[in-house]
Amino acid sequence: MSEVDFECAECTNPVEPFLRSERMPHIWCPGCGIGTTVNCFTRALIDSKANLEKLVVVSGIGCTGRVAGYLKLDSFHTTHGRAIPFATGLKLANPKLTVVVYAGDGDLSAIGGNHLIHAARRNIDLKVICVNNLIYGMTGGQTAPTTPEHATTSTNPYGTFEPGFNLPHLVDAAGAVYVARWTTFHVRQVARSMQEAFKKKGFSFIEIISPCPTLYQRRNKMGDGLDAMKYYKQASKVKNGAPTGEVGLTKTGEIAVGKFVDRDRPDYRELMVHRFHESLGDEYVETGELVCS
Amino acid sequence: MKADPAGVLTGVHFLDGDHACCEGALAAGACFAAGYPITPSTEVVERFAARIPKVGGTFIQMEDELASSIAIQGAVWGGAKAFTVTSGPGFSLMMEHIGYAVMTETPCVFVNVQRGGPSTGLPTLPAQSDMMQARWGSHGDYEVIALCPNSPQECFDLTITAFNLSEKYRVPVMFMMDECVGHMTEKVIIPPAEQIEIEPRRKTHKPHDAYKPYECNGDGSLVPEMAHAGEGYKFHVTGLTHDERGYPAMTVAAQQKLVGRLRDKISKAADDLLLVEQDNTADADVVVVTYGITSRVAQRGIDSARAKGLKVGKLRLKIVWPFPDQLIKKLSQRAKAFVVPELNLGQISREVERAAGGVKTVCVPHAGGGVHRPEDILKAIQEASR
Repeated sequence: MSEVDFECAECTNPVEPFLRSERMPHIWCPGCGIGTTVNCFTRALIDSKANLEKLVVVSGIGCTGRVAGYLKLDSFHTTHGRAIPFATGLKLANPKLTVVVYAGDGDLSAIGGNHLIHAARRNIDLKVICVNNLIYGMTGGQTAPTTPEHATTSTNPYGTFEPGFNLPHLVDAAGAVYVARWTTFHVRQVARSMQEAFKKKGFSFIEIISPCPTLYQRRNKMGDGLDAMKYYKQASKVKNGAPTGEVGLTKTGEIAVGKFVDRDRPDYRELMVHRFHESLGDEYVETGELVCS
Repeated sequence: MKADPAGVLTGVHFLDGDHACCEGALAAGACFAAGYPITPSTEVVERFAARIPKVGGTFIQMEDELASSIAIQGAVWGGAKAFTVTSGPGFSLMMEHIGYAVMTETPCVFVNVQRGGPSTGLPTLPAQSDMMQARWGSHGDYEVIALCPNSPQECFDLTITAFNLSEKYRVPVMFMMDECVGHMTEKVIIPPAEQIEIEPRRKTHKPHDAYKPYECNGDGSLVPEMAHAGEGYKFHVTGLTHDERGYPAMTVAAQQKLVGRLRDKISKAADDLLLVEQDNTADADVVVVTYGITSRVAQRGIDSARAKGLKVGKLRLKIVWPFPDQLIKKLSQRAKAFVVPELNLGQISREVERAAGGVKTVCVPHAGGGVHRPEDILKAIQEASR
């Protein structure tokens, strides 16, 4: 049973029971979208009636990496890029846990890119929330693998010229069973996708396009956080089921949003257990939680 | 407590060091391993992959050593005893996560079957040239524990010790084998489970609201109690400098307190962490300080020197880190010289020299790829005793 009082009478904000309020104020800039995604996450926890004792958040490093530290859950702030392999070990050791990886685009797709594709390929039962602000925020606005072409960054002061990653296409190709993209304008849709991912068995990936007014918007003369909301509202087009190869992002163009992939295939653990039963018969010792003495 | 019989392959076996290490891990209760293939260490996880489904547990072959070295830590926080296995280039890739295990006090074991380096070096040939890397390889100030076996039997026995120490001190333990020991096949006796002592995890039993993940108990121990994910504690773990609650604390005082404790919990346990073999050191003029495969070659040199009437003792280090400063200091009051043969160009010999406080210390270097010739060690002993 969860100890959280969902109806917390003394709380001034419905998300308060989920936060380590003694750690406030948080480090995020005015207009940053990460806090919005955390709000959506807590709404999804409320609506899904998730067992909060069995729900673990694993973060990497960066602005989004700080999410783990603010949530009143078992939470791990790991090393840069390695939230997914940490979460893989955690999930395999205790399959009863719902393991959420909450990380930024740089963490997941640059330094952690190899782990991203392999976890999707293996179909490890992880819920990956990727807050994509198109830039390295924590370190001061350097180019990310997701930065759209021609955007100005601190390491491409004359504009980027590398093509950026289309993350839904990448994880779809690698084998993810659930892939969605929204922006921080789409708060209800984000929360709904998170709930769907909680229920989905296998590797789920939710990309949330999120503003970085301090280091991306400002340098690219795209205004503040409110201007980002206006852009997201105007440029987003819901394309549920769209072929992921067609949902790449540009600097100022359309943002395809929606649920792109929702399919079923056995996850890593199911495949492993099945294989060992087939190969070893009675010799196989199937384990649940690996609890050490 | 005693070992769980499930993982203990009691009996007399003919095993190589890599396989014996795997059996030691299973006997110690390891039920999770993550690894990436690399010569000459791969046989450890190959055996684990074959054995663990019949014992109960999980092996996963990860995409690289970065992933392996952090997947094991996720597994530990999920409740498992876990380890990873590698060699030189993979060990280099694991360095950041050794630091993470130190900082988060995650008990786990890193096995390194050493081969010649730098870089790709000599994949199939021995060296002992990662000894300093095991101690200092990750950034920042910290202490770890490192062990060096010199036979397949010790690969079994000391792997259990490695797991026990990692649990007792909540520290990553480096198990520093070498290609010779890993691939040499000898008799290995695995005792019954009830004869194998296992250190239990330092689990907390505090009420949820009273638990602080990095608070010492007040019983004098510098090692905090541990909770696992999913038990309702809702704790936070970070590689950032943190306070007793586990929350980031970016101050000079918090840094001093945490990094100081992480050092002290090992350095102040030096007596408990002294594990050596001594022969004839009490009246020795020359003490040969040796470890791993080199100790077996050095034995011949020592025996020859004693046959010639020289007073030669042997100090074999089974735990190399923390370094036995006090013992070397004590021996240096009697000995005229230390001779340190090692499969590197001088790593542990510098530690001996430092601890010996001015007593002559002679390194017998070897760049790796083979072992010393006993006559070279004899020659060094003869020259040192003059």
